[in-house]
Amino acid sequence: MARSLTLRASVLSAAILATLLAAWHLATGGSGPVADMDPEYAKLMGQTAVQGTSAMPGPLEVGATLWRHLSDPFYIRGTNDMGIGIQLAHSVARVAAGYLLAVLVAIPAGFLIGMSPLMSRALDPFIQVMKPISPLAWMPLALYTIKDSGLSAIFVIFICSLWPMLINTAFGVASVRREWLNVARTLEVGPLRRAFAVILPAAAPTILTGMRISIGIAWLVIVAAEMLVGGTGIGYFVWNEWNNLSITNVIIAILVIGVVGMVLDQILARVARLVTFPE
Amino acid sequence: MSTFDDPFDSKRQLQRGGCSCGHHASEAEHRAALDGDARLSRVIESAIVRALFPNDVTRRDFLGAVGSATAAAAIASILPVGFASEALAQAGPLEKTDLKVGFIPITCATPIIMAHPMGFYAKQKLNVEVVKTAGWAVIRDKTLNKEYDAAHMLSPMPLAITVGAGSNPIPYTMPAVENVNGQAITLAMKHKDKRDPKQWKGFRLAVPFDYSMHNYLLRYYLAEAGLDPDADVQIRAVPPPEMVANLRADNIDGFLAPDPVNQRAVFDGVGFIHMLSKEIWDRHPCCAFAASKAFVTEMPNTYAALLRAIIESTAYASRPENRKEIAEAIAPANYLNQPVTVVEQVLTGTFADGLGQVRRVPDRIDFDPFPWESFAIWILTQMKRWGQVKGDVDYAAVARQVFLATDAAKLMKEAGMTPPAATSKTFAIMGKTFDPADPEGYLASFKIRRA
Repeated sequence: MARSLTLRASVLSAAILATLLAAWHLATGGSGPVADMDPEYAKLMGQTAVQGTSAMPGPLEVGATLWRHLSDPFYIRGTNDMGIGIQLAHSVARVAAGYLLAVLVAIPAGFLIGMSPLMSRALDPFIQVMKPISPLAWMPLALYTIKDSGLSAIFVIFICSLWPMLINTAFGVASVRREWLNVARTLEVGPLRRAFAVILPAAAPTILTGMRISIGIAWLVIVAAEMLVGGTGIGYFVWNEWNNLSITNVIIAILVIGVVGMVLDQILARVARLVTFPE
Repeated sequence: MSTFDDPFDSKRQLQRGGCSCGHHASEAEHRAALDGDARLSRVIESAIVRALFPNDVTRRDFLGAVGSATAAAAIASILPVGFASEALAQAGPLEKTDLKVGFIPITCATPIIMAHPMGFYAKQKLNVEVVKTAGWAVIRDKTLNKEYDAAHMLSPMPLAITVGAGSNPIPYTMPAVENVNGQAITLAMKHKDKRDPKQWKGFRLAVPFDYSMHNYLLRYYLAEAGLDPDADVQIRAVPPPEMVANLRADNIDGFLAPDPVNQRAVFDGVGFIHMLSKEIWDRHPCCAFAASKAFVTEMPNTYAALLRAIIESTAYASRPENRKEIAEAIAPANYLNQPVTVVEQVLTGTFADGLGQVRRVPDRIDFDPFPWESFAIWILTQMKRWGQVKGDVDYAAVARQVFLATDAAKLMKEAGMTPPAATSKTFAIMGKTFDPADPEGYLASFKIRRA
């Protein structure tokens, strides 16, 4: 029964996809040549204006361009023209750097906050104010103070992926069951060992949830940050193709961003499954 | 008179067209006969003679009266033209060869961009990386951060940076203008019957940046038509790449923008070209090549080599017969990332206007590196007019400090000489003459102003 459900679900998914693609294809058909245009004038105009083609590309066009990108993802034709694979690598590297920095800060800080009611109360107002700030609002400040656009982008990733992890770690640590802590106390376990042997495993699922939220946010933010500072990365790719009004390439970038985001999320989901425990 | 013309020639035409010395069939051939070093001396001689005789008529009279050879000798005896040219031409060891120069993907940046694929940087033994940048604020910050050694900026930006409008005051220099003209007002197709700006009340118009010639020209144009640009219309700063998308989405009614944005809007059938910026002010400056004062003083040889590459590249771009080749060189994804035909229409001046006509305006965009100080003074009057700078402005001092009207002036100072006081000229904008000697009076003559 379970297998047939999976089967039916995938058939339905495929049908939805096919319907969407067909509707897309029909919707972008165009209106045919525009009459009465001076040939010299027509030569200077684009396809959209002359042929009445829709500015929106059809699925076939997108597919062909996607294939072109995927078949040669690592070319470098100059500072401002690199393959989509290289752009993705730049973005992933930035996200990884900012995210790992955030992990290094958020988890110890979260432990501190979770284990000490005093620190929790004292730091709460700061966290509450900093948390809702859009990461991109940090960008001008970062550019001004750090004086390096690459580091600024990493800083923005850092600052935005910090909060979910910090809050989840603190929450996870604070809500470890009293009984377990009491057992540890009766056995006279030292504070360090208590943190690593009791609290960490108990809080791990909550911490991982925070990390999973954070990686999603980090990936969302990198695209916007790179559109802002430019240079390299998938966000720059989107901006560059927007500059060229190439909707086809923008659609491809959207697909690629979605797939990579999903992969990152799935990796953390796997890790989360490793540390969950039945109660 | 163009920077690349012979300043000692009393009979030279002030308008373009025909060869000025008579030895060549056309002006283009005449220029082609000058090689790089001769051209550099020519630019400096031009600057000096122009400084001595800001008025074309006076210069002609003088040269006509004494003869050009005498004039050249007389000027050379008091001003070290040769020395100035040599100092800029002969390079000492380069302090740094790997440079980064930022640009915004618009045709104004043509000399900076094309110098890369066409080898003008390499000729000066510089390894320059031209980096495409997302917007003016970013290019400003990256240059202030020293990530870029020099950058393509809007000509008001170095002035704004220096006086501290919109950023912290940092001494900035603008040794060369890149292009003159080359902008246009584009309106959405639905406004094709509203060709009179008086009908534009309530329009949402876009300019690339607050501190841009585009903003000042658009405001000037609207104010001349009796519209208050702050009250009757809405002017937004929108990065050039987003303009066509916004016009298509009916989010704005039009824009005064750099090319290729205008032509791209026409190419995609989204808008039409209402008027070229040259119809507002013929030969107005637009974008500039700018560097921090620190770069100029700390690495004089590198700076001289870079400036030489830019001036040679600008000279090459100023010749109409090279424009097609340049269009092909700068259109690919690594540079402008635009269809070649769009860039070609901008550079050659044979273009579709979006209303079914093919227009031929060869000087739709032109390239002339000379940073007239009077340009700077005009820009400062407009900054003050629209409330971007408050209080008293020492127009001439800021202009002189930022617009390095000639490096000759600087080199002359080092040699213990007094350089010419100002390198200014008067010009007319929509028929109204601007006198750089009386900026406050000019400012007071406008009815619509904030200051």
